[in-house]
Amino acid sequence: MDMFSSLHLSRRRLIGAAIAVPFAAFAACTAHAADASLSFDELYGKFGVLGLEFSDKVKRLAGQGISMKGFMAPPLKAEAQFFVLTEVPMSLCPFCSSDADWPDNIVVVYLSEKQTFVQPRQTIEVRGTLEYGSWTDPETGFVSLLRIRQAEYFAV
Amino acid sequence: MRTLLAAFAATTILAGAAQATTVYPLDRATILVGSPFDFKVELNKQVKPEDVKITVNGQDYKTVLGGEAQFVELEKGKEDKALGSALLLRGLKISAPGAYKVEVATGDESTSVTWNVYETAAQPKAKNIIFLLGDGLSVAHRTAARIMSKGMTEGKANGRLNMDDLDHMAFIGTSATNAVATDSANTMSAFMTGHKTAVNALGVYADRTPAPLDDPRVETLGEAVRRATKKSIGIVATSEVEDATPAAVVSHTRSRSDKADIVGMLLEVKPEVLLGGGSAYFLGKEVAGSKRKDNQDYIKLFQAAGYKLVTDKNELAANASAEGNLLGLFHTGNMDVTLDREFLKKGTVDKFPNQPGLVEMTKVALDRLSKNPEGFFLMVEGSSIDKMSHPLDWDRAVIDTIEFDQAIGVAREFQKAHPDTLIVVAGDHTHGVSIIGTVDDDKPGTEMREKVGTYAEAGFPNYKDENGDGYPDKVDVSRRLFLSANNGPDHYETFRPKLDGPFVPAVQNEKKEYVANEQYKDVPGAVFVQGNLPKSSESGVHAVDDVVLQSAGPGSEEFHGYMEQSDVYRVLADTFALGAKQTN
Ligand SMILES: [Zn+2]
Repeated sequence: MDMFSSLHLSRRRLIGAAIAVPFAAFAACTAHAADASLSFDELYGKFGVLGLEFSDKVKRLAGQGISMKGFMAPPLKAEAQFFVLTEVPMSLCPFCSSDADWPDNIVVVYLSEKQTFVQPRQTIEVRGTLEYGSWTDPETGFVSLLRIRQAEYFAV
Repeated sequence: MRTLLAAFAATTILAGAAQATTVYPLDRATILVGSPFDFKVELNKQVKPEDVKITVNGQDYKTVLGGEAQFVELEKGKEDKALGSALLLRGLKISAPGAYKVEVATGDESTSVTWNVYETAAQPKAKNIIFLLGDGLSVAHRTAARIMSKGMTEGKANGRLNMDDLDHMAFIGTSATNAVATDSANTMSAFMTGHKTAVNALGVYADRTPAPLDDPRVETLGEAVRRATKKSIGIVATSEVEDATPAAVVSHTRSRSDKADIVGMLLEVKPEVLLGGGSAYFLGKEVAGSKRKDNQDYIKLFQAAGYKLVTDKNELAANASAEGNLLGLFHTGNMDVTLDREFLKKGTVDKFPNQPGLVEMTKVALDRLSKNPEGFFLMVEGSSIDKMSHPLDWDRAVIDTIEFDQAIGVAREFQKAHPDTLIVVAGDHTHGVSIIGTVDDDKPGTEMREKVGTYAEAGFPNYKDENGDGYPDKVDVSRRLFLSANNGPDHYETFRPKLDGPFVPAVQNEKKEYVANEQYKDVPGAVFVQGNLPKSSESGVHAVDDVVLQSAGPGSEEFHGYMEQSDVYRVLADTFALGAKQTN
């Protein structure tokens, strides 16, 4: 039975991608100490049926080092290089029976190095470079609108 | 012959004992005369076309079905697994009613199915049909809605719901072709096609190949109304318009999550009125909030097809009686539930503050559709009765049941002025929920479970509706109805309405198991409830229990006793005389 087919599929793809992406040897990027912090409340300036608009803060911080607190969406895989950061611990589809869309307020996090993933209920802080705009992951087809690249994270 | 087939079987590396020959439509399928459907035969082995013999009522199938099936030498499953040969004939029609026995033989494989092709009345019984679907609507929801809305004195209800006065009724069996249990896709698909199908499927028989969009199709009611009549079509839901129930009026896919494709299917049939949430699938992927993976702008495509777009309550009201097609999208996802939208202002109401409710949408739909002198089919879904029952948020589910009932009231008013209207009200499936009494805050002590009143201890709840809007003025009264689920994940029972936003009973841990959401652990008196579902279940599940269907108006006398969900379609088809072409 594929009651949750869409999400399971996209997750499976995500896992595939995480394995397939070669271990990228980014330069050590641990120097984000003075990063501006960004909260989930600050992502969008406008909500509307015809689309959302990123906030001025997001636009201003694009390309810069930022830090963001949130939760790791249900584990993609231990030791992977990309995960989804959510505002609340994510219970998949609490409101519907058969398909789980990601909420609007997610941020895709690309790690600079593999890290061991944590409990989804554990608050984490992510640091990295903010990027916005539609981007389709070439390996997975996963479309994201907001990303933190060259990221690292730790439990808080 | 036998040795030849054995040789074929050996060369195709078929793993294990695969399923036997399958014929779609399945055995005992009921098919509307003249309605197009796809015929597919799935063989267990790879064979040569000349080795397959198919007869219909003893004659060569090509003569009876009017076409030659395409032979597929080898179908492949996941990871290129060899499945066997297949035959596929799309869009055939049978114009004479009766029993059709289809026999398929290839050497040692043989099977037979019988279809019942039915005709309808030659003349429509009603000009309009309003089909109101309470998603997940169970008996407990309506009992609670009646008591919360109208009150109860000395064991008698102080008032009646609109649905209480629909005079013809039936018990409806909801099971799917592949499971005794079911979801909203295959249930509504059975109502809207007359064919039962598999969990998650819409307007198709679920075949064995992995692609969800190529499965054998059956005609939807939306398509049949277009094909046979000049009537208008309306679809109104509080969910995303691509969600299973509204989608089932027009769609064909094995997988209800193909929402981006479903938007395209809605555009193909072009319902004159389409109102609900789900704009995210109308927006190209470059737009923040989009859930598409391509850059198609369906807002523009609908507008180019002559639709007027409205995006909030005021714009909807301003266009209530305008001419032309109407697309109303009021949320990127599912619209907020009545309790949040009208009373608590929780959920996403801060982001989409001006959403209309089901009652307003139903009124506008009726105003516009009734302009067509040929009549209309309108589907109205109270979507969130189900969406709030999954997370065991009974107050939100019941308040949405009251809203759904008020939409039924709008339909009944319309019917008074237009008696040539059939009204059908049903759930698509049930939930495992019952009312067992009350919770009384004034009972002594701090332990909430000691405040649960059963039997004589329950008394009556003390909801009030002083402003007479049909909704209790508040849900967190001191003596409340106690609804309880017979299934669920691990969770904390708080015995109180969730005033901060919809309940999230369980969250996933690193082992992908759903565990009780600790957010509710410290609510005074909360008790841990051990789940009884697999730990992969994040919420309560649908029940297999029959649903109640009620109906009033011309055609409604055909509803009685026990009926399969797919039998309901036959009544709708008969009421509109869809077996007789009425156009030109
Ligand atoms: Zn459901």
